[in-house]
Amino acid sequence: MSAEPILRVEGLSKHFPVRNVWKRRIGWLRAVDDVSLEVSRGEILGIVGESGCGKSTLGKTLMGIHTATSGHVVFEGHDIAGLKPHQSRKYREHLQYCYQDPGASLDPRWTIRSSLHEPLIVHTALKEEQREQRVREILRAVGLPETHLDLYPHEISGGQQRRVGLARILTLKPSVVILDEPTSGLDVSVQATILNLFLDLQRAFGLTYLFISHDLSVVRLICDRVAVMYLGRIVEIGATQAVFETPRHPYTQSLLAAIPKIGGPRVTDSFALEGEPPSPTNLPSGCRFRTRCPMAQPLCAEQEPALRADWPAQRAACHFAE
Amino acid sequence: MLRILRKLAEDRAALVGLILILALIAAAILAPLLSTHPGDVTEFHTARRLSPPGPENWLGTDRMGSDIYSRLLFGARITLTIAVTAIAVAVLIGVPMGLIAGYYEGFGSNLLMRVSDIFLAVPQIVLAIAIAQTLGPSIENVILALSATYWPFWARLVYAETRSIKNEPFVEAAIALGCSPFRVMVLHILPSISSSIIVRTTIGMGGTILTAATLGFLGLGPPPPTPEWGRTIAESREFLPMAWWYAAFPGLAIFLVVMGFNLLGDGLRDVLDPRLRRAARHGK
Repeated sequence: MSAEPILRVEGLSKHFPVRNVWKRRIGWLRAVDDVSLEVSRGEILGIVGESGCGKSTLGKTLMGIHTATSGHVVFEGHDIAGLKPHQSRKYREHLQYCYQDPGASLDPRWTIRSSLHEPLIVHTALKEEQREQRVREILRAVGLPETHLDLYPHEISGGQQRRVGLARILTLKPSVVILDEPTSGLDVSVQATILNLFLDLQRAFGLTYLFISHDLSVVRLICDRVAVMYLGRIVEIGATQAVFETPRHPYTQSLLAAIPKIGGPRVTDSFALEGEPPSPTNLPSGCRFRTRCPMAQPLCAEQEPALRADWPAQRAACHFAE
Repeated sequence: MLRILRKLAEDRAALVGLILILALIAAAILAPLLSTHPGDVTEFHTARRLSPPGPENWLGTDRMGSDIYSRLLFGARITLTIAVTAIAVAVLIGVPMGLIAGYYEGFGSNLLMRVSDIFLAVPQIVLAIAIAQTLGPSIENVILALSATYWPFWARLVYAETRSIKNEPFVEAAIALGCSPFRVMVLHILPSISSSIIVRTTIGMGGTILTAATLGFLGLGPPPPTPEWGRTIAESREFLPMAWWYAAFPGLAIFLVVMGFNLLGDGLRDVLDPRLRRAARHGK
């Protein structure tokens, strides 16, 4: 890990107000609650967790689609938390967000060419010919023919739409790209193609990825480090190998036990977690995992555990983790 | 564009509507050429007062002896001017208002929408009568009264459409990309909701023409001797049922034009806004 992180997140929170029928605020939904992490240049940090744990909200808050409730996001030396994307346009040029389905991020009424030109029009003062040149360059890099420039999104295949969506982000030469569930909804062969494309692009453009996913096998395959989220908070973070081989937090342990293995025991037999996670509008006291934790103790209800750095390259937020 | 025209041509009702509207526009533009007595808009011929339709006066004459056919053609100009201007002003006020209120959610947008709710709660014609009555009868005041009462329809429509399209991934992506709110609203949201605006505007034209005629009928339209259709019908009341042509032909003109806009609007909606058509089918 290099000394200077490219993206540093400190105590970032995003709370959504919960309103009753008369629009009176009756509580807060703590989608992201006091999250801190650092991303070094050139690494791939995976963010995993069940659905509803705040992974996507974290990504969107980093991007400014949601305004942060509190905390700091320091990107390339500038604090951009709390700024709307167009306000921090200068700083955010190199921080980009890639949608779960990048194809859906294309305006259905615009040709591929206009969609690819748009980021350059917004962020740069390049002339039309220079823009066109950059667009063609990127289009080649993601493996699409130039003849597709005059087509509309519905005229190309889903896989090609994804490539165009990626190309749209890459035209700005970002340094950090947040990938939100980039492989969900794809069959395995296409997944492999897309993952290879990500890795190729990372090498070609020197990218740093924040890889949000619930697919643990994909995360294990391509991420350098992993952060495990539970109900808006990071419960364990560390080098991929360390987390997958010696998970410290009971939540991580049960998540990993849930990965099906060929020839292994049936997942349903060994799965340790029972029930649904508690509602993020009404969190339990102390450790938020204690209601489902197999090793919960009275201390867990009283005190919220902090991330402990008791292991090399690995930290976990549990009182009893060894 | 061509695709839309071809689909419209397949829909017989919409085609009829289109032809009626084109006829109205042609009548308005070519009024001096088509009319048999172009001078009769202002001239009187008391000798042939209230003569029934015949070879000299195709649709008869009115109480001043003026040719009704010629007056109808010139009336088309007034109808079209009032409707087009009033709708244009209403669209220019309502659409930006709805866009802005739908894009930014907050106190301001709530206020805008409540104001338009108040306008919508009062029957339109009553409000228009009140405004026109206060300002006095003239074409400009009719236009003002109509646009002041019509803009909330577009504000409401655009507001609702903007709210729903704002959560589409492509709009969110444009925001994340760093596009300015203006850029997102005008280049991404507006084109996507333009079809429902076009449909609403076409149908709104029919309603506006009817309201304008009503104002004319009540004496709140342009003063005589302007050949406004609504006023012509009002004048004819004293001579009914004897001089049936006096009221029948202006009434027929209003009927055909309003029907034309409504038929075309329905047809356009089927072509441009397939969601609504599907909903209608399920409803039946």
